[in-house]
Amino acid sequence: MLLAGLHVPILLAGFFAPYSFSEQNRDRPFAPPSRIHFVDANGVFHARPFVYGLKDDPNTIGAFVVDMQRTIPLHFFVRGSSYRLVGLFPARMHLFGVSEPERIYLMGTDGYGRDQFSRFVYGGQISLAAGIVAAAISLLFGALIGGISGFYGGGVDNLVMRGGDLFLALPWLYLLFAVRATLPLHVAQWQVFLLLVAVIGLIGWARPARLIRGVVLSAKERDFVAAARGFGASDFYLLRRHVLPQTYGVVFTQMTLLIPQYVLAEVTLTFLGLGVGEPMPSWGSLLASLQQYYVLSSYWWMFLPAVLLIPLFLAYFWTADALQEHLKSVPL
Amino acid sequence: MGATGQYLSIACVFAALGALSVTAASRSRGAEDVLVTNDLLGHRGGTITIALRSEPKTINPVLATDTSSLGVIYCMGADLIHINRETQRTEPALAKSWNMSHDGRTYTLQLRRGIRFSDGQPFDADDVIFSFKVYLDEDTHSPQRDLLVVGGKPISVEKVDDYTVRFGLPQPYAAAERLFDGFPILPKHLLEASYKSGSITQAWSVSTPPGQFAGLGPFRLKEYVPGERIVLERNPYYWKRDSAGNQLPYVDGLTFLFVPSEDAQVIRFLSGETDILSRFSAENFAALERQQSAKGYRTYDLGPGLEYNFLFFNLNDLSSVNLPEIAKKQVWFRDLRFREAVSAAIDRDAIVRLIFQGRAAPLTSQVTPGNKLWVDSALPPALHSPDRARELLKSAGFSWKSDGSLVDQRGNAVEFSILTSSSNAQRAKMATIIQDDLNKLGMNVHVVSLDFGATVDRLLNTFDYEAAISGLADGDADPNTEMNVWLSTGGMHIWHINESHPATPWETELDRLMNEQLVTLNYAKRKQLYDRVQQIVAQQLPMICLVSPDILVGAKDRVGNFHPANLDPYVLWNIDSIYVN
Repeated sequence: MLLAGLHVPILLAGFFAPYSFSEQNRDRPFAPPSRIHFVDANGVFHARPFVYGLKDDPNTIGAFVVDMQRTIPLHFFVRGSSYRLVGLFPARMHLFGVSEPERIYLMGTDGYGRDQFSRFVYGGQISLAAGIVAAAISLLFGALIGGISGFYGGGVDNLVMRGGDLFLALPWLYLLFAVRATLPLHVAQWQVFLLLVAVIGLIGWARPARLIRGVVLSAKERDFVAAARGFGASDFYLLRRHVLPQTYGVVFTQMTLLIPQYVLAEVTLTFLGLGVGEPMPSWGSLLASLQQYYVLSSYWWMFLPAVLLIPLFLAYFWTADALQEHLKSVPL
Repeated sequence: MGATGQYLSIACVFAALGALSVTAASRSRGAEDVLVTNDLLGHRGGTITIALRSEPKTINPVLATDTSSLGVIYCMGADLIHINRETQRTEPALAKSWNMSHDGRTYTLQLRRGIRFSDGQPFDADDVIFSFKVYLDEDTHSPQRDLLVVGGKPISVEKVDDYTVRFGLPQPYAAAERLFDGFPILPKHLLEASYKSGSITQAWSVSTPPGQFAGLGPFRLKEYVPGERIVLERNPYYWKRDSAGNQLPYVDGLTFLFVPSEDAQVIRFLSGETDILSRFSAENFAALERQQSAKGYRTYDLGPGLEYNFLFFNLNDLSSVNLPEIAKKQVWFRDLRFREAVSAAIDRDAIVRLIFQGRAAPLTSQVTPGNKLWVDSALPPALHSPDRARELLKSAGFSWKSDGSLVDQRGNAVEFSILTSSSNAQRAKMATIIQDDLNKLGMNVHVVSLDFGATVDRLLNTFDYEAAISGLADGDADPNTEMNVWLSTGGMHIWHINESHPATPWETELDRLMNEQLVTLNYAKRKQLYDRVQQIVAQQLPMICLVSPDILVGAKDRVGNFHPANLDPYVLWNIDSIYVN
């Protein structure tokens, strides 16, 4: 499945990325992507794919052009910089690479000469994990609170929903400033991750809760729910068996919408010193660099992370769709 | 002299019209002390549009602190003695001449006669006395007041006659005439009433009706559209003439658009909405340079300005605050060899190349090459040698474990964080490069970027940081503006704030040198003293100076007499001579 195909490289980032995410090649800032060739300039076919080297552009300072004189063959399963696979097993094997001191930059380099492809793959680890877990947390809270509120209605509903409004109205930016001020200066990576997930997830529950409440409100008036109630079904049974399943559609759609949104929320939090800092990559920070005019106008390959994210998020959407269809076909 | 000729011919025209008006016109105009500029001759007409990064908060010179307000006020006001931003030296403005007493404590200024405010009312010594009374009054809380306090006492102002004023300084003060730049003279006839009623701080907001405002600058207020623009028109009474006797300014109007981000300003400039683009980043420079001939504008790299960026370690006395972790690490930070090693490990050229696309200068000390009169050019460039850094660390008792990580004598891993403000993208990028340089030495360095307010709070109040990257930029090139940085009691003595007495022998020497240059009137002697200050900074590394970015500006080809300078206000400083083709 497409989704799995996209997630495996991210999970096994160290293996798929040819370089470490923080390795700076200071002679190659904003180097364009290396194109993979099979046929060289003389029309000769090579069974082993190769890339051309780069040289300084004689016309523009700081720009690079392809050096057709240097063909660099591509090797597979090469030994390179060490990393820990899935964060546990030390390894040096990389899926592909070129022999030192040449470099292959499938998606070009950023302003420090770091390989964008490696950063994209590594960045996905933290962004996707944070996005998915945070979306799950906020939907869980949302479903629970929205479900109770919609199901019981009346005073409970009023209390919970006004509480949600209050939550939405809070000046989060300032609260986050305050949270950051109470934390120590340097926060370890895994703590940052937990913090990110907690902050994003907890802030986000109020909106899905409203939606789910709406669905629950209409669901509990349906005839078969009323019938089940008439047969003496308990509240818990009704909620679990009849009401909540009807909200799955909303929950899945919300999930697909929230994950991309939360991947971007990480940018704001990083600005406040609550996100993953340099040199750790995240998709948010890769996208944030696109806000600058010079990047937009001069270095088209900086768009590649954004372009790659489109099929990924679409895949989420399709998956959610498929799941929904699947659930509908299962009799309640 | 050309100016007088012009007035005679004007008078002749009047003579043909009627005898009565001739006497009136020639008397008032003949007595006018105009200033004649040497710029290229331009021609009258047209308007100039410039973007401001933010909306000016006020047009009241007594209150302004933000760059946007100061820029607008600069175009509408005039000071007694002005700093030429190109030569960085003082030149006559409203004072046509001045002299200093032998002890350096009294300045007598001769004012221009017969000149008028932009509302047509005459200017004389009473306006000067009134202005300085307002600036010096503690109740008005003018942010500039501190500049007029010398050796703890305010300067005194006294009227000698209608066109002569005398300023008394409590002690000899080097380059005192530079103080007058940035104090626009206020019209007594318009502001005295509000000053007396104690409401001068409410006077002259941006929404003031143009009729209630007057200044001595080349432009006066015409219109303010909240959130959009502020429009100025030429001051018909301005006191400068070009060498052909034409009254300045050349352009009829000046419009400031409020465009909040640099990228948006670049786009507006490219689309032709603005004529001049002031200060933009090196990345945008490359993009703009490529299109300049096609789009009819020019970009200018003026070389480094006065801003210096630096890395520094927390050397504050932490005994009164509870920060044991940081206090432990201060053992490293206080060791000169450690600071030298860090300085030697930093690849300043990479910072210049990667962050500024080569449009910045690596620094050894706090004085940038852009500060023509004061930079100690004999100082050798900062050394970049990771090998030397390792030697220094070894000699200071540090060693490396088998995995390459650095440990101190007691076996503690060398780990610290560098704090930067996330609102300054360039400093955050410097931190990323320095982090990589130091990690190669085996140090475990983290970059922590916080919002501006939180960063400042940690640096100046709570001292809860280990190392930080910051930058300072002065309005003026003179060493006096740096007093609060280098004196051990200074408020911006950023690596160790509020020292009760100098903590190190070299800080004692810095105190002595800075205090001595303040009262030394001879430039060559002052330069020697300040050279020594730069040497100490380069040797003792309380601040590890990094780079100074170039001042980058652009203007359309149709803008004439465009002479941008690397001192603030970079493109506006000669706005009275700028013309439009």
